[in-house]
Amino acid sequence: MDRRKSIKSIVLGGAAAGLAVHGCKPEAGANDEQTVALPEYNHKYGRTPKEKELILELEAEQFFNGHELETIAVLSGLILPVSATFGSATDAGVPDFIEFMAKDIPETQTTLRGGLMWLDHKCNTEFGTEFKSTAERQQKQILDAIAYPDINVPEAERPLAIQFFSVMRNLTLTGYYTSEVGIADLGYKGNTPNVWDGVPEDVLKQHGVAYEKEWLAKCVDQSKRGVMAEWDDTGNLLT
Amino acid sequence: MQIKESSTMYDVIIVGSGAGGGMATKILADSGLKVAVVEAGPYFDPKDPEQMTQLKWPWESPRRGASTVRPFGDFDSAYGGWDIDGEPYTNKDGSNFRWFRSRMLGGRTNHWGRIALRFGPRDFKRKNEDGLGDNWPIGYEDVRPYYDKVDKLIGVFGTNEGLPNDPDGFFLPPPKPRLHELFYIKGARKSNIPVYPSRLSILTKMINQDRGICFYCAQCSRACMVYADFSAQTCLIIPAQKNGGQIDLFLNAMVREVTTDEEGKATGVSYINKEDRKEYKLKGKVVVLAASACSSARILLNSKSSQHPNGLGNSSDIVGKYLHDSTGASRAAFIPDLMNRKVSYNEDGVGGMHVYSPWWGDNKKLGFPRGYHIEVWGGMGMPNYGFGFNPNEFNKFFGTKVGGYGYGLKDDVKRYYGSVLGFGGRGESIAMKKNYCEIDLTKVDEFGIPVLRFQYKWSDHEHKQVKHMQDTFEELVHNMGGEALGAKPTKEQNYGISPPGWIIHEVGTTRMGNDPKTSVVNKFQQLHDTKNVFIVDAGPFVSQADKNPTWTILALSWRTSDYIVEQLKQQNI
Repeated sequence: MDRRKSIKSIVLGGAAAGLAVHGCKPEAGANDEQTVALPEYNHKYGRTPKEKELILELEAEQFFNGHELETIAVLSGLILPVSATFGSATDAGVPDFIEFMAKDIPETQTTLRGGLMWLDHKCNTEFGTEFKSTAERQQKQILDAIAYPDINVPEAERPLAIQFFSVMRNLTLTGYYTSEVGIADLGYKGNTPNVWDGVPEDVLKQHGVAYEKEWLAKCVDQSKRGVMAEWDDTGNLLT
Repeated sequence: MQIKESSTMYDVIIVGSGAGGGMATKILADSGLKVAVVEAGPYFDPKDPEQMTQLKWPWESPRRGASTVRPFGDFDSAYGGWDIDGEPYTNKDGSNFRWFRSRMLGGRTNHWGRIALRFGPRDFKRKNEDGLGDNWPIGYEDVRPYYDKVDKLIGVFGTNEGLPNDPDGFFLPPPKPRLHELFYIKGARKSNIPVYPSRLSILTKMINQDRGICFYCAQCSRACMVYADFSAQTCLIIPAQKNGGQIDLFLNAMVREVTTDEEGKATGVSYINKEDRKEYKLKGKVVVLAASACSSARILLNSKSSQHPNGLGNSSDIVGKYLHDSTGASRAAFIPDLMNRKVSYNEDGVGGMHVYSPWWGDNKKLGFPRGYHIEVWGGMGMPNYGFGFNPNEFNKFFGTKVGGYGYGLKDDVKRYYGSVLGFGGRGESIAMKKNYCEIDLTKVDEFGIPVLRFQYKWSDHEHKQVKHMQDTFEELVHNMGGEALGAKPTKEQNYGISPPGWIIHEVGTTRMGNDPKTSVVNKFQQLHDTKNVFIVDAGPFVSQADKNPTWTILALSWRTSDYIVEQLKQQNI
């Protein structure tokens, strides 16, 4: 069964959410014929109907095979390992994110897929086994050779293995820091209603700057933000 | 297929619902006129949970906010972009004009930067100073009462500084600067570049009962659910409806042309309903075009009849000519003194900069005409797609290794978080007849409407101005003890000037003037050729100043709307 086609027709029929159909699992495995639940459309962030359709289409496609995804998980775990306080890149859903991005920005596909292949080839040549299942010490030995680019060489002119690692690292980091766990790890405090009233004193001190009185005198008095604005005839705010 | 004609006779048909169309809707409907608003996109209300992107987290987007679909990222509110499926445009002779369109109620006002600058007295009469371009047929004193009214109706924060060409107004108080902005202030002063609180159309204080007050999420580009920033529908169209206005909204309706009678007078518009893909006609006593400078020019040029063989309002052959956008250049820098930041507080602030530098130079001492202002960005923003790319690239400034993997990367990310500061220069270009849009008869859009073809080249004036921007940026970076990122754009790269259209301040295609031979509309934005057609977008701008056009579009649209009401009363149109 052409999974993409069948899902597409369902999507276009407008009844995608929560359907369960007989389908082929994308990763060929023991339970090929089983009922799988299609992903419900659950991205509630103001998409237009056309944009929703595209997301569903991309989610229904499978780009990486099971082995590739497992390798990506191992690799992103090495790039951002689990720490005492926060989970690893894999815990933050990075492999799924990379799978989505490879379909969303198809230009990256060859670098990613070819790079994974290179990784296995290199590992097989050196250690006689695939990257994902070789010992961590050996994995790191391979990464050490591709993780430190010569910054004097423009990115596009670096050997593919080095470019591949940079793309993987970038996707891993951006995937992590745009996840719930990553934002908590970073400590970002915004994206929530608040009242901005200037940089805290200890931060000003740390960075060696200060507010000027004259400047602050022009700024909003937040205790009066709810008071209706009124001006005199020449534009002086009275309230 | 027969074109379906509505029997309703509207007093005014307004094409487009952005800044100009929104203001015309408000003023004309409030005056009791029966108004049709024709918008090429769907209804949009930022407080509708189905359309809202504000306060969403990056992980709510499967692409984590990447700009694959929406050019300013997945959470930006604009439905559209520089390229829209089924709505092409072309360029000729190697020019590369980029045309941003936003197909939705409120148009591009839903995602704009809210930078709300009045033109100053000199901005209307620049030819007097440098002999280039043309003066406006009106001056600051003509527009000033409307700027005042716009300030009070819509709200803008800023400060009265008594500057000669950046006029005072009725401002709400500005927010305090953020940390990187304090660095900018210090750095700019070392070079005697003035810095003032910015002027943005965001409510830091209550102005009426219908709109909320800013809650500092920095997401104006996502459109505000409490209407604390200016979007045309939240602040003008919806309030006009609530006020009992007789307003019929025609949505997903793509206007093809203005229809005319045997005497050449406008009788209404024809449009294509995007849903059933059929053509309809509306009848009106007055037609107000507010479709954006280029879209309105396109509609006029496509409105050919025996009375108007060269297109409506185009006996002068000036429609489409004098197209000009702001100049733009940018640079970013790493500021070591902004490293190792405490993340103990929320510094989102408003959407956009809290401080800016209006033009300070004296062109008599410089090798180029007209000026630019500097916009500043930076801070500990919300991570989005791209955050964490090349996490320790700045190690190179300390001579330590770049790259790697493992535990150290998280430390690197935290060490450098919030240490980048960037500048955008936005300047005034010279309006030139040889920069224009015209109809490309070889192509139609998916609605069968002939499309626009652009011809636009920057001149030496703009290149020299942008070179000055780049030199200034470097000086500022040096003053802040920073390291400029990337290579400085060279002469061969035209100093990094943005392609025309990129800044989305395109104006001038239906310019205003007293002489019908050299201009399209008179000083009330009324077509010289057809008295019952008006243009209230940025098409009538004679020159654009180094100011963002929105506040002037609003003021002039209000002024024109008052004139329409008066002319209808006197039965002149």
